[in-house]
Amino acid sequence: MTPAETSSPVWTRKDLIGLEDLSRQEIEMILDTAPQFVAVSKRGSGIKKVPLLQGRLIVNWFFEPSTRTRTSFELAAKRLSADTLTMNVQASSSKKGETLHDTLDNIEAMHSDVVVIRHSFAGSAHILAERHDSHIINAGDGAHEHPTQGLLDAFTIRDHVRKQKNDPEATIDGVRVAIIGDISHSRVARSNIWGLTKLGASVVVCGPSTLMPQDIARMGCEVTTNLREAIKDADVVYALRIQLERQAKCLFPSIREYIRLYRIDNESLKHAPEHALIMHPGPINRDLELATDVADGPRSVILEQVSNGVAVRMAVMHLLVNS
Amino acid sequence: MLDAEAMDTALVRLAQEIVANNEDLHAVALMGILKRGRPLADRLAAHIDNMTGQRVRVGSLATTLYRDDLRSGKNVGSVGTHVTHFDFDVEGLTVVLVDDVLSTGRTIRAALDEIIDYGRPKKIQLACLVDRGLRELPIQADYLGWSISTKYEDHVQVKLKEIDGEDVVLLERSAEADS
Repeated sequence: MTPAETSSPVWTRKDLIGLEDLSRQEIEMILDTAPQFVAVSKRGSGIKKVPLLQGRLIVNWFFEPSTRTRTSFELAAKRLSADTLTMNVQASSSKKGETLHDTLDNIEAMHSDVVVIRHSFAGSAHILAERHDSHIINAGDGAHEHPTQGLLDAFTIRDHVRKQKNDPEATIDGVRVAIIGDISHSRVARSNIWGLTKLGASVVVCGPSTLMPQDIARMGCEVTTNLREAIKDADVVYALRIQLERQAKCLFPSIREYIRLYRIDNESLKHAPEHALIMHPGPINRDLELATDVADGPRSVILEQVSNGVAVRMAVMHLLVNS
Repeated sequence: MLDAEAMDTALVRLAQEIVANNEDLHAVALMGILKRGRPLADRLAAHIDNMTGQRVRVGSLATTLYRDDLRSGKNVGSVGTHVTHFDFDVEGLTVVLVDDVLSTGRTIRAALDEIIDYGRPKKIQLACLVDRGLRELPIQADYLGWSISTKYEDHVQVKLKEIDGEDVVLLERSAEADS
């Protein structure tokens, strides 16, 4: 076997809890590992699979509804040849009052290697990671973080910067990203702010003041309630999902007012640069936070985010397990 | 061990042997194993073009996702960043794997597995610039530039103009071997 070409950096972490914990070098290591997995998924008639995690057990443990993220993790595991198990919480012992630690002890008694967890409590992944031997991947903990979403977004932005500049080594230093919507409840926003600012991008968050955490600027981003101001120099316009299920709290006066002030549509985009990419973490409330013709338009990279998500999650699982 | 001229002579001979061995060059694909196998595959293709006027297909193979040493923890966190790329279907082709140094044979084993995941080639052959011995698997080159017997502690390095700025093969015998 030829030894590694360069003295590449070595991955040392057991778990992936949040992008706040990671260094720029660690984030770049994940992003640099992902392209070969993009190529695996694109094999035409060939086998879309590599044997890196053959015989490993990966458990998807989701306490909140999720289609995209859960299927993306499951597919990532399968494309690495791992065995996967999905814990259906609706039907599991959590409903009978078993604690997270007890349930995970039982999963580990069946020799799990990776546990992917989504839970409504911020910090749940961290608590499990401290006490258990399995590699824990946080797939969203409350409003805290959703690190693989932040990674796949950074990967998608970097990929486009590299294509635009025709430079395969280009970074996202100096790229301007505007994140629009419900910042308060958004773990996607938090992971993106941590990840993108560490990679040298400048991030501005924008939304109604009732959906803006007071000390968000401490994370290293700019803050505004004015959409035009937020997107005027943006290379990326990132619309967040309005979490209608949380609208019971009446955090903005009406859907109609939100649409008038903050919807990303062809009208509001007149104030953004023409090259700006449109991103959204899904699922979209069509014509609420994002107009249909923009979501499906030529500047939208929303489906690329989904494709890249599988590759980035493959990279994360590989680095955690095989390091 | 091998200077630029000797390397070129060896590559011309390898190209001749590939042509002699494969009647239908339209059905031949040279697959360079990254990183240094790819420039070698490009050079072989250029030589074959000069000799026959026929352009054979060329692709790149990373092989790293098929390594057998990742689970052992020896090469922690280093599948590297090479990406396999070729824009043809390997089904029914004669694929010639091209690498700079042949040693344990484990890279070639990984390459065989990777290729077969893409399709079923008619044949797979192997071309290497240097065989340094130390085989751990039953794998041999069909086209070989240079053969040399080495010990594990010795260091064999192939440098290529495209990557390293010069064409040379270096052999550094370990100190213990000398004494």
